[in-house]
Amino acid sequence: MTDPNLSPASLSEEIEIPESISGLEPVRSVRSPIKLIYDFVPSPPVQEYLRSYSKKKILGHRSPIDGAVFVPPRGVDPRHGALIEESVELSDKGHVGNFCVTNLPIPGRDDLDIPYVSAWIHLDGANVGFLGLVAGCENDEVHIGMRVQAVWKKEEELGNTAENILYWEPTGEPSVPVEKAGNRAWDQRNE
Amino acid sequence: MSAELTAVLGVGQTKYSSTRGDVSIAGLCREAAYRALEDAQLDWKEIDAVVIGKAPDFFEGVMMPELYLAEALGAVGKPILRVHTAGSVGGSTALVAASLIQSRVHEKVLTIGFEKQSESNATWALSLPQPFSVSINAGAGGYFSPIIRQYMSRSGAPELIGCMVAFKDRQHALKNPYAHLHQNDLTFEEVVESPMLWNPIRYSETCPSSDGACAMVLGNEVSGDRAENPVAWVHGTAMRSESNNFPGRDEVNPLASRQCAADVFKQAGITNPLKEIDAVEIYVPFSWYEPMWLESLGFAELDHGWRMVEDGTTSLSGGELPVNCSGGVLSSNPIGASGMIRFAEAALQVRGMAGDHQVDGAKKSFGHAYGGGAQYFAMWIVGAEKP
Repeated sequence: MTDPNLSPASLSEEIEIPESISGLEPVRSVRSPIKLIYDFVPSPPVQEYLRSYSKKKILGHRSPIDGAVFVPPRGVDPRHGALIEESVELSDKGHVGNFCVTNLPIPGRDDLDIPYVSAWIHLDGANVGFLGLVAGCENDEVHIGMRVQAVWKKEEELGNTAENILYWEPTGEPSVPVEKAGNRAWDQRNE
Repeated sequence: MSAELTAVLGVGQTKYSSTRGDVSIAGLCREAAYRALEDAQLDWKEIDAVVIGKAPDFFEGVMMPELYLAEALGAVGKPILRVHTAGSVGGSTALVAASLIQSRVHEKVLTIGFEKQSESNATWALSLPQPFSVSINAGAGGYFSPIIRQYMSRSGAPELIGCMVAFKDRQHALKNPYAHLHQNDLTFEEVVESPMLWNPIRYSETCPSSDGACAMVLGNEVSGDRAENPVAWVHGTAMRSESNNFPGRDEVNPLASRQCAADVFKQAGITNPLKEIDAVEIYVPFSWYEPMWLESLGFAELDHGWRMVEDGTTSLSGGELPVNCSGGVLSSNPIGASGMIRFAEAALQVRGMAGDHQVDGAKKSFGHAYGGGAQYFAMWIVGAEKP
């Protein structure tokens, strides 16, 4: 085996550096942060979804094929390639399908103290989860199946954004059994 | 008409490290490509086409790098093709290259995967804010941690299985001169005491950020017959993908993974993977994915994969099914190359050219890559003999 630390012979030929720059220190790296600002135009179902947040409502889309409810609504059931036109208003209560206790800060979220809990929230009436912050309890109290409800921003601060929900807090209701939590609920519905 | 028999004629890798400050992306790729050609004993002009893969462009911020890399890879005037499948890309790229031989479009193809993580920030590139959801996911670890928690809950695996995988792979890496992490004095206690990043994932149970490239030269049956060095014959290739969020999705054991494995084993005529495969290179960026994939791929019974870790089955030191003898993704992770390294290491094993991490007498081996939210899969089986 060739020594992995040596450059292949044909790649390490001597390069002649012009005299005018031969005394300068070589540049090894240049760090140049970049930023891209763009306008996001949501699809009609997502526009409806974001607008409904300003009224403290969460919308989902119900599949015409088997009644599965998706949130956020995307206008299609990707499993069947079917268009969805039926919106449903979902509860702002649900359960923790799964979660992560994160010890890393996130750029742009200086408001989040670490460690924090990000969780897949499965709303009552929805058949997929979405990500949300769980707070209002100790991190080690969070568990799969824990019942939670949305804590909304004050009325005057509401906008067309999912960020209207500050976090999800425990309701104190009995937990959903682990074997029926998250995505596993769908399989059992069809059994 | 059956597919053309396809052989791995040469493998080339760079020494994986946190920063290859001495070379550009082009220099890095050329180094791996040169070594693959050297191994295949071929010249640039004998290559018909180049197939290249890497992680998304915004990692390094170089858009469509395949265009500027054409010269460095000897592809001027030849077809060059770019493959995009997130973390599984190294594997998918090799499979696209193989398909060009199998379909008799080309006779000899150079394929390469690379990443220069020192010029990029993968964790935050994977945490782009989206207007329709809240921004709280911290990189790949934040995504995979809940899935690992679910596996632990479902299987009843002891808490330190992940640490055992991490320690084993770091021991394997000591036998691989190309591996990034060479932690000679690492103890199991240090792995266990490492800080929690994304509970239940410790820092020690995650992959490093690496610079590196891996290349292979693939050829048709005639090229394989003529090669002076031993070749690896391709016995099966399969790719599958699925959406990352749908009702009833089994995130621990995705349907696409199970179907991909079933397809590749069927092509290779393998009915008992544990008995018939001699060496395995699977994509394990977080330690717990070793037992999870062993189950999904059919090497272990459901909920029992962790027992193969616990009893040493997956260790190079006398285990029945050595897994990631190279040290795996846990010891080297140039993302766009990581899948191809798995495929290339599988080939090295059946060629008998894996050096100190060789599995004695390996005749059939398995290479695997996954990507996205554990939703893109690429797999191949290679053998010392023709299929």
